[in-house]
Formats: sequence, C-alpha cells, structure tokens
Amino acid sequence: MAERILFNVLQVAVVMAFAPLAAGVLSRLKEMVQSKRGPSIFQPYRDLWKLFHKDEIVSEDSSWIFRFTPYIVFVTPIFVATLIPVLTSYPLFFAFMGDMLGGGFVLALGGFFATLAAVDTANPYGPIGASRTRMVGFLAEPVFMIVFFTVSFVAGSTIPYIVQQKWVTPLANFFEPSHVLLMLAFLMLILAEGGRIPVDNPTGHFELAMIDESKSLEYSGRGFALVKWGGQMKLFVLLCIFLNVLVAPWGLASGQTLGAVLVAIPLVLLKIFCFLLVLVFIESSLAKLRLFRIAEFLGAAFVTSVAAMITRVFSA
Amino acid sequence: MSDATRLLLENLNALAAGLFLLTAFGIVAMRQARACLHLFIAQSLLLAASAALLGMRFDSGHLYGVALVNLISKPIIVPWLLRKTSPAEIYTRREIDQALNIPTALLIALALAIGAYFLGIPLANAVGPEFRGPNVPIGIAGLLLGAFTLTVRREALSLLIGLLAMENGAFMAGISIARDLGMLVELAIATDGLIIVFIMGVLVRAVQKHVGTTAVGELASLREAAAKPAAEEVLL
Repeated sequence: MAERILFNVLQVAVVMAFAPLAAGVLSRLKEMVQSKRGPSIFQPYRDLWKLFHKDEIVSEDSSWIFRFTPYIVFVTPIFVATLIPVLTSYPLFFAFMGDMLGGGFVLALGGFFATLAAVDTANPYGPIGASRTRMVGFLAEPVFMIVFFTVSFVAGSTIPYIVQQKWVTPLANFFEPSHVLLMLAFLMLILAEGGRIPVDNPTGHFELAMIDESKSLEYSGRGFALVKWGGQMKLFVLLCIFLNVLVAPWGLASGQTLGAVLVAIPLVLLKIFCFLLVLVFIESSLAKLRLFRIAEFLGAAFVTSVAAMITRVFSA
Repeated sequence: MSDATRLLLENLNALAAGLFLLTAFGIVAMRQARACLHLFIAQSLLLAASAALLGMRFDSGHLYGVALVNLISKPIIVPWLLRKTSPAEIYTRREIDQALNIPTALLIALALAIGAYFLGIPLANAVGPEFRGPNVPIGIAGLLLGAFTLTVRREALSLLIGLLAMENGAFMAGISIARDLGMLVELAIATDGLIIVFIMGVLVRAVQKHVGTTAVGELASLREAAAKPAAEEVLL
C-alpha cells in the first residue's frame, strides 16, 4: 500500500518536474530547425524561479476568480496525472476514480476558469483571446467525445489502464484502422488544445492574434508562474495520455518494485522526446491558420474520429 | 497461414480501407486542385495496397494483378496524362469556388458515409461470410463521396478527380466481392479510366481556351448580368 502511494507521488513529481523541461526542449528544437541557437533547455525553470520571486500585482477591480484561477490551472493537470498511466502499466491508487472522459473534464475545468479570469480584469485583449479559446474549445469538444467513445467502443472500457493493453495484445491490433485514425484525430486535438501551430502560435506576442497566451496576459509574479507551469503540465499530461495510452504503450513499468518504476522514467521521457521531434516537424512545416479556418481544421479532426468509428462498425 | 498472420493481414487491409475513406473525405474538403490530385494518388496507392493484402490473405494471384494495374495506371499515368493535356494554370490556382462551405460539405459527407453502411451491409451479407470486411461498405462510401464531390465542386479538375474517386470506390468494393474476375476485365476498366482522363483533360483545355477559366461552375448561367468578365469574352 505504502509503495502504491509512493508511486503515485512519483508520478505527480515526474509530471511537475519534467513538464518545463519538455517545453524547453521543444522551443530549443524549434529554434535549431530555424538555424538559430535558441535559449537553453532549462530556461523554463529559470523563468519559473524568477517569476516566483517577483511581486504579484492584482487589479483592484478583479474578483476572487482572478486570484483563484492560477491555483486551479496548476492543480487540474496534477489531478489528472493521478488518473492516467504516466509510469506504470498497472492501475495505481486513484486510477478508478475517473476515466479518460473524467480526466478530460477536469482539464476543461482549468480552461474554463482561465477563460473567466481573462474576462474578469476587463483588459480588452483578454476577452478576445478568451472567446477565441472557447471557439477552439467548443469545436474540439465533440472530437474529444467521439475519440473517447470510440476508444471505449473498441476497448470496452474508458479506464486508460485497460485501454492501453487492448492495442498491443495481440500486436496486430495496433494496426486496426480505428486505432490509427484515433491517433490521427487525437494528434490534431493536441495541436488545438495545446495551442500549437496550425491553430495558434505559442511564441507569438502580438495581442490581437493571440489565442491561448492571452489568458495569462494580466498575470504577474507568482500567479503567472503558476499559470505557466500549469500550461506546461497540461501539455505534458496530454502527451502522456496520447503516448502511453494510444500510441506506444511500451516502456511502462509492469513490475511492482521501485526500481522498475524508476527505469520507466527515462523511457517515458524518451517517448516524449520522439513525439516532440514530430511536433517540431509539424510546427515548422505548417503555417498558422486564419481564425475561421480553425473550424475546418477541427472539422477534419471530427471527420477523422467519426471515420474511426465508422470503420470499426464496418469491419465488425 | 497462421491465425496471427491472418489477423495481421486483415487488420492491415482494414487500415488501408480506413485511410482510403479518409482520403475520400479529403477530396471533398481540400481547397486546392493540386492537393486533390495528391489525395487521389494516395487513395489509389491505398487501393493497390488493399488489393495486394487481400491477395496475400486469400492467396489469389489475380488480386496481385489488380494491385499492379492500379499501381501503374492511377498514381503514374493519370497525373502524367493530366499534366500533358490540361493547362498548368489549374494546378496553381487556389480554388475557393464551391457550392457549399467546407464544414457543411464535410458534415453531409459524413452522413453519406454512414448511409453507405446501410447500403453495404446487406450487400456484403448477400455474397457470403468470407466477404465480410470493411471493403464493401467503404468502397460504397468512396463511391458516394466521389459522387458528392461531383455535385459540390465547380472546378473542372476537381470534378474529374471526383469521377476517378468514384471509380476507386467501385474498385474497392469490387476486389473483395469478385476475387477471380478475368484479368482482361481489370485491364479494360483501367484503360477506360485512362481514356476518361484523356478526354476530360482535352475538354478542360478546350474550355479554358474558349472561356479563359476552368471554373465550370460559372458557366451554368446564361444571363449577361451574372457573367463574370472572363465569361464575357465568349459573348464577344
């Protein structure tokens, strides 16, 4: 029992500790593709350290939502990290507390409060970005639903620990059309939800074009650090769901010993690094879509996910 | 053949069929004529892959022949013919001329694909249990989506690709139903397809020469008021 609790804590610690690293590696790789040197991969840690030591300024006219939001944005990915397989292939303490759909809703809760907080300060740019985030969000939501329901349709469960076994036993299942199409649809979702390039430019600093970034525009000091760290952890958690449950359920610890779990950490990080290479390739080869083309992008994701469901029905 | 290999082959065939369906959706939704052509090539390659996998699964030399014919005629000869016959301008221009906007078109296409299931399942059941598989319903879906492309597009080249996508859909359904058709039939169909491409290419070139555009959707009305400057040249 004590071991399971330890593993759970370890899972959360891995998500907290390595999420900024993933963000740093991603930006460094992108700069390298553009023939620039780029900041060190540890820059996000320094940024967070710096921000935690700065004064925080909160507008007098803002309500409790504004002050409350950084904590929610920070806590929700941690909460989801206890539900999904980050390091172990067997369910841990809280695994049956919520399924993938529940995890999705918990993540959406953070997004919801971030939107409210952006509107709260009455800064003109915040609500613009917030409404755009909602637009992307409500277009992405049906895709999430279809993806999760198709997963449960194919695997007979929405608990991620059970789902991940389904794709590789036997190995031929990996090539099932619904699986491959689901991976495609989920990849498009990650691009949309993570504010990555065809949907949103994460490095853009032009307020009128911002989608995801605008939500943290009014934050400073500790609040900003929490929002930023939370955003990095959200991407990390999404990648864990994508890689450990859908794409490559290998490399997770199946043994109950501490050593097996520790060995799983570098393997998971390696998987995430491989995915970051793909992400850099996507981000460097595509242009950002115009706002109203985002509907088409997510429409394509929706069609892909429904096609996954249809082919499943067709092949049965 | 062991059970594991059989399962793997069936899954790979289903995967090819699933991606085939996705390319059919892509042909409905793409904005550029060139992207449509690339998707069509990908679709033909997937069709060939499906035929080869089914050939391996059922140990049928005939299906390998189908795969080979598809591999040569569609991804290689069709683009070559098009490039020879139709004007190069249509590859470069961005096509925004569509009867429906893209999300609406995609939703209707989804409904069509789901409808294809109800058409395909009785058909697959009628021919026998060994034909169960994704090929028949997905082939019919490809056929319907190609026909839908024909109705929403207003640009000559994408119309042609819609037509060819319909043919691909029919092939997709055909390879799983009639596994041992004469090779002659396949060759005849493949040649037919090429002749269609040739004639359409020449036609497109003629239309472009006379009207100055290949956006054939604009040629539907005869009223002078609705005519665009490009079409006025015809009247003069």
